[in-house]
Amino acid sequence: MKPILELEKVLVRFGGLVAVSAVDFHVGEGELVGLIGPNGAGKTTLFNVITGVYTPTEGAIRFDGQAVDGLPASEITSKGIARTFQNIRLFSSLSVLDNVVAAFNLHLKSGFLGALWRGRQFREQEREVRDEALQLLDVFGLKSAAHQPCRSLAYGDQRRLEIVRALATKPRLLLLDEPAAGMNPTEKVELMRLIRFTQERFGPAVLLVEHDMKVVMGICQRIAVLEYGRKIAEGTPSEIQQDRRVIAAYLGEEVVDA
Amino acid sequence: MGSRSSLLICVLVFGVVSALFTGHPESAWPLAQIDDYLLNILIMAGINVILAVSLNIVSGHTGQFSLGHAGFMAVGAYGSAAVTQIGGKAILNALSFLGGAAPTCVFVLSLFVGGSLAAVAGLAVGLPSLRLKGDYLAIVTLGFGEIIRVVIQNTEAVGGARGLTGIPSFTTLGWTWGLAAFCIYCVSALVRSTYGRGFLAVRDDEIAAEAMGVNTTKYKVTAFVVGSFFAGLAGALYAHLIGYITPEGFSFLKSVDVVVMVILGGMGSTLGVTVAACLLTFLNELLRQAEQYRMVAFALLLIVLMILRPQGLLGGIDRWIQARRNRS
Repeated sequence: MKPILELEKVLVRFGGLVAVSAVDFHVGEGELVGLIGPNGAGKTTLFNVITGVYTPTEGAIRFDGQAVDGLPASEITSKGIARTFQNIRLFSSLSVLDNVVAAFNLHLKSGFLGALWRGRQFREQEREVRDEALQLLDVFGLKSAAHQPCRSLAYGDQRRLEIVRALATKPRLLLLDEPAAGMNPTEKVELMRLIRFTQERFGPAVLLVEHDMKVVMGICQRIAVLEYGRKIAEGTPSEIQQDRRVIAAYLGEEVVDA
Repeated sequence: MGSRSSLLICVLVFGVVSALFTGHPESAWPLAQIDDYLLNILIMAGINVILAVSLNIVSGHTGQFSLGHAGFMAVGAYGSAAVTQIGGKAILNALSFLGGAAPTCVFVLSLFVGGSLAAVAGLAVGLPSLRLKGDYLAIVTLGFGEIIRVVIQNTEAVGGARGLTGIPSFTTLGWTWGLAAFCIYCVSALVRSTYGRGFLAVRDDEIAAEAMGVNTTKYKVTAFVVGSFFAGLAGALYAHLIGYITPEGFSFLKSVDVVVMVILGGMGSTLGVTVAACLLTFLNELLRQAEQYRMVAFALLLIVLMILRPQGLLGGIDRWIQARRNRS
């Protein structure tokens, strides 16, 4: 499988603290990869490095063969990486539809002057964007709520809207930051179905950061495990479940009898 | 009916109404004979509308709190006065082939120069300072406004602290409200588009906006430049209304006046801000007898508003209109 995202010896240092240390990692085209690890293992930091919130201190990040480390976040998104947020970050004063419309920003042909002149190209574009956004919402069962303020959505629906919004940027790699956080078991099952569905329908590779073992083990093809900023294991879900170092990282070392 | 056609109709109506009230002494229209005091208030209301609506795109729509609006207004006022008063004779002679239209052309040129200079100033302030957020940005923009004022105060070429006198009074009700309508159109048209959702996205959540591919720096600078351009126009109109400008007229307090209009009308509501700008202009005149209590009255008004209607007088009305339109 051709890798779409490659991380080579990525190191992130905050002053004296090394949050991510010499991590090699890749995601293949159309693959569904999980990234797990105990609290403070550096999962979110790695996420933020990939999406351009931080710049790696050392190492290289390539997307589709091009170096992307150090680019501003919006430019990384324009290359085809979209993300959701651990603590939901919707555009709170906008309607459900406008949240999705705002994410079409990258693909606009008619900008500042178009908005002022409101010519034919502008009107066509407005119609296309609106139709496409409504279609996306429809696919995810949110069309009936399109004109509601996004704050009025239920928690699970807000998470869903975040995924819809990320898809509106037409990504080739979708990063989901703890999508199951705060969900009950039923919602988690629904979420797994949703992630699978997203992949089948839109085909992006997915990198999933998650605490919830059931979700990760249930849907990921491959899993990487971080501990104290280092990658300690990588493999299929069943391999990871048996890995001694992973078990030790999560449950502690076995006490050897004297 | 599209938003474009409805707004163009607004501009036309404004244009016709304003033409009836040109206030020119030679005007043939009977309606032109309204008294000068009322006429001046109406023009001031128009200028304040431009100021408030242009600050609204910066503070209301894009969420960048700016306290330097009077600074951009000053740049526009002095820039345009430089054209008509200082360079007036020379430019008028150069344009003499236009005959009777020459003074109008000079005025249009001066408006353009004033607005453009202010836009350049907006760009110059915007680029370095928009890395800052919230209170920090407010302090930097406040500082910028004061710097402009002090620089003008110490520049003898534009009259220094004495101010600049003898600026021809070109500003009419027609020009003012025509430009106010233009300003309202531009700001609403920009915001009501897929492109314009970017401004609102930046206001709501900068990190998420950036992650969705919105170039936040570009949007913030754009808002700043558009806002300062119109502030510059307002300054130019003001200079050619009063005919006499001093650096003190563009102090920090003037910026605060505009901020009050925006907050009173409702951050992000163009309609609300327009209404509030008119309201406060008239209130200002009503309180002229009690000049020293004016700020007290404004402060009380704001306190009451924050308790009863924190979103501003008409805050949220645009969304309500939008929702109604979607339902039908």
